[in-house]
Amino acid sequence: FRGHGTYVDEEKLTASVAGEVQRVDKLICVSPLKTRFNGEVGDVVVGRITEVQKRWKVETNSRLDSVLLLSSVNLPGGELRRRSAEDELTMREYLQEGDLISAEVQSVFSDGALSLHTRSLKYGKLGQGVLVQLSPSLIKRQKTHFHNLPCGASIILGNNGFVWLYPTPAQQEEEAGGFYTSLEPVSLSDREVISRLRNCLLALAAHKVLLYDTSVLYCYESSLQHQVKDVLKPEVMEEIVLLTQQKLMEHES
Amino acid sequence: MAGLELLSDQGYRLDGRKATELRKVQARMGVFAQADGSAYIEQGNTKALAVVYGPHEMRGSRSRTLHDRAVINCQYSMATFSTAERKRRPHGDKKSTEMSLHLKQTFEAAILTQLYPRSQIDIFVKILQADGGNYSVCVNAATLAVIDAGIPMRDYVCACTVGFVDETPLADLCYTEENGGVSSLALALLPRGGQIALLQMDARLHQDHLETMMEAAMIACKGVSKVLDEVVRQHLQEASALSRD
Repeated sequence: FRGHGTYVDEEKLTASVAGEVQRVDKLICVSPLKTRFNGEVGDVVVGRITEVQKRWKVETNSRLDSVLLLSSVNLPGGELRRRSAEDELTMREYLQEGDLISAEVQSVFSDGALSLHTRSLKYGKLGQGVLVQLSPSLIKRQKTHFHNLPCGASIILGNNGFVWLYPTPAQQEEEAGGFYTSLEPVSLSDREVISRLRNCLLALAAHKVLLYDTSVLYCYESSLQHQVKDVLKPEVMEEIVLLTQQKLMEHES
Repeated sequence: MAGLELLSDQGYRLDGRKATELRKVQARMGVFAQADGSAYIEQGNTKALAVVYGPHEMRGSRSRTLHDRAVINCQYSMATFSTAERKRRPHGDKKSTEMSLHLKQTFEAAILTQLYPRSQIDIFVKILQADGGNYSVCVNAATLAVIDAGIPMRDYVCACTVGFVDETPLADLCYTEENGGVSSLALALLPRGGQIALLQMDARLHQDHLETMMEAAMIACKGVSKVLDEVVRQHLQEASALSRD
């Protein structure tokens, strides 16, 4: 049977992409090494608003821009609020072009576009932090993609390869419905931790190590003996990644 | 043509190749991290760089959106230092626009565009050094870049130019041969099925010779496809070895 990455050419099954062959019984798929993000329902994504018109359009490294409907966000003022025409006019006050959001995939349209929702307090607009864009295939699927790392920063590992690093918020505030962003200055030590994490992510990505909370944390720990800026040097990168992989092996056994 | 003897009595060409011999092909995939796919190729002294972005949402004019397949957008350009005389306009002149159109037609035939409705695939090709067969080298570079981007294709698209001298077809012309008054044709082939993606000829040729030219071109294209296949396999092996350890 033909799966993804194949097509039938004169009754013969032929690969259309270069990559790894996967077989499930008689179904044959070929998955390429790197592609755009193929969203599935329930995936956590980080994206950027590109257009505001009745619905928000979100760039998520996918084949088509994803949509975020007005009816699939939590507006300030409680769950059970009706959406009026006025809300439609004030959409830009909640999310503007260029804003970053975290969201979950609600459904996939027939043409492959994703429909997102932010109807949970953990999703919503992202404030101060750093975005790292990586390949979607490097993100390990897990129960949760939101982590408060013990090193003093938090991380959102979007399934679409966009990773958001931000200082751990002091306490959870909710009445603004996820559109509130803190503009408090971030302390130097927090910024250093975030920059180090960013460089660690790039190091892991360069060596194609799967990203999840443990691997990021181990990489962070192994990088502590170097300066933040040195982490990007190829030889230091290799050393750190090697140490991380050792720690991961020990952790597994 | 006076002076230049393109094919010697012993059957050798100006650069010492035999009539059916291709130039040395060297290629690398994945040269840029930022793009979805990229490739660099050297065919003799002709060097080209190809970059692919997409499939992504339509940018620019929304009206060009197709509801059943992806739009392919090609741009061909030549670096100002690519030719012997410095070029004034690296892209946008008549020749490059025509070349862009040819590339677009070639890849519309090869890429499975119906899998990505309402999206756009950008292919940018740049000639860094021009020494004949620009179109074919661009096609070969773009093929590798598209494969690197993980975009499904029917087959490799391989292209080659063929000239006709002294009743013999010459494969993979270089610059001096191209400008030596040879009637030449460029062929882009999907080698597995032998389908022709694009055939271009703007010189005069006797009808009887066309058949032999086409045959020589097909053989040359299949030779190119072997090389490209090797490059892709090598690249895949390297990449998978990296992710395993």
